[in-house]
Amino acid sequence: MKPFTRIALKRRVSTVVLPLITFIVFLSIWYTYAKFHYDNPVQRRNALPYPHEIVTDGFLPLNNKVNGLRPILGYLWPTVKVTLLGLFIAVALGVVVAVLMNLSKGIEKSLFPYAVILQTVPILAITPLLTELFGEELGVRLVVTVLVAIFPVITNMLFGLQSTDRALHDLFTLNQSSRWTRLVKLEVPSALPSLMTGIRIASGSAVIGSVVADFFFAKGEKGIGYYIRTRQQQAIQRPEMFAGTITASLFGIAMFVLIGWITSRAIRNWHDSNLTHRQ
Amino acid sequence: MTALSLRNISMTFPDGTRAIDDVDLSIERGEFVTIVGPSGCGKSTLLRIISGLQQPTSGSCNVDSKNIGYVFQDSVLLPWRNVQKNVELNAELQGIPKELRRESAQKAIGLVKLNDHVTKFPHQLSGGMKMRCSLARSLVSQPQVFLFDEPFGALDEMTREHLNDELLNIFSQEKFAGLFITHSIQEAVFLSTRVIVMSSQPGQFVAEHKVDFAYPREPHIRYSAEFAELCGRISHNLKLAHA
Repeated sequence: MKPFTRIALKRRVSTVVLPLITFIVFLSIWYTYAKFHYDNPVQRRNALPYPHEIVTDGFLPLNNKVNGLRPILGYLWPTVKVTLLGLFIAVALGVVVAVLMNLSKGIEKSLFPYAVILQTVPILAITPLLTELFGEELGVRLVVTVLVAIFPVITNMLFGLQSTDRALHDLFTLNQSSRWTRLVKLEVPSALPSLMTGIRIASGSAVIGSVVADFFFAKGEKGIGYYIRTRQQQAIQRPEMFAGTITASLFGIAMFVLIGWITSRAIRNWHDSNLTHRQ
Repeated sequence: MTALSLRNISMTFPDGTRAIDDVDLSIERGEFVTIVGPSGCGKSTLLRIISGLQQPTSGSCNVDSKNIGYVFQDSVLLPWRNVQKNVELNAELQGIPKELRRESAQKAIGLVKLNDHVTKFPHQLSGGMKMRCSLARSLVSQPQVFLFDEPFGALDEMTREHLNDELLNIFSQEKFAGLFITHSIQEAVFLSTRVIVMSSQPGQFVAEHKVDFAYPREPHIRYSAEFAELCGRISHNLKLAHA
């Protein structure tokens, strides 16, 4: 075997095997705790079911129209829609806000404190207010998603715009570039890697936002959050609840991977983070 | 014809540092002037003033052309653009039509011998190649006044000498008014018609040497006795300026 392929294989093994070991350890702890903490199997199933019970009872009833994989996927779809739409709005709005802040110190000073407050306000605590303003359907779900997702977009985009190389700015100044040219040809491309980092963080928040919104807003098309919440209320449906939760977080992971993939395609030719290390 | 003239230029920074003190300088077309001096003596600040990036505290600066070339210490390339697109940048920002700027970029790329690398991105280039790319970018607009802010300082000796030879070639062809900054006395003498020695704090011109070698210059003049003698005298001035 050539040394190169051996290294590649080694890397492949470590990216698959190491997390797998972590997962097995995690499952062992779960099994051990569930086994010794609950004497009664029924009690156990209703509190902390064995992982395989989540698969058999939570996911596998394939022909059941109320519980199991099919309804779970049915409820996931609205969540996917709200998440993607919410993330899109958060990115578009966040980029515009960051560009405006970068354009003028005055705008940055007047808006930035509120961006921070937005991030620190416990959204759940103000759900009555949100219902009052935006109802209980799609609109309010999007508002919650945007509220939790926009902050990392704004801060990362602004950071990226402001850390544009000074010497490159000088070069554009020497060429008497307009503010617009400078923004489009210099600052925005420089900020792209930071923006993508921001979107990656925001994508996780957006999933949580849209799931949590289902817990508090009862009308409109219900998502996976609704499935989780209703299964939570009945102890005998613990495996179903876990199945819903796991599905929601798998969706979060899928979003994270997707954004990562888009990032590496967008900046693959030039950014340091994306280049294999050259000696 | 005077391409560039500075009169009584002084620059004091807000913290009170006197970076440049009462500097006079005039450069004709076809002249290549180099300033040598210790780090932090205000050489770069002087170039920034000439190019208009900074305003002097006092004095006047007249440049006979809007068309100024500026080569920075680093190559200052856009990492998301390949060599061709980077070389076109200045022309593009100045609104030169696409066909025209592509053509002049090709020519400039030929001058710096990067023809085989036009589709490469900056991270794929060596330090010397990046500098060539940067040089080509400035050449595209055929500047009348060309400012060089220690462009080859970060390169190894071999690459530097090579680029010196090529820059000299380009200068012989284009006959702009050049103002070059460096730490290297050898480089200064080899390139220039005049070498100015600058002291630091305050930054003042303390000596000036004419270099009489005719253009085009052959690389081997670096090893001649006159060359060494001149380098020695400049080095002596520099030591005095530093003391």
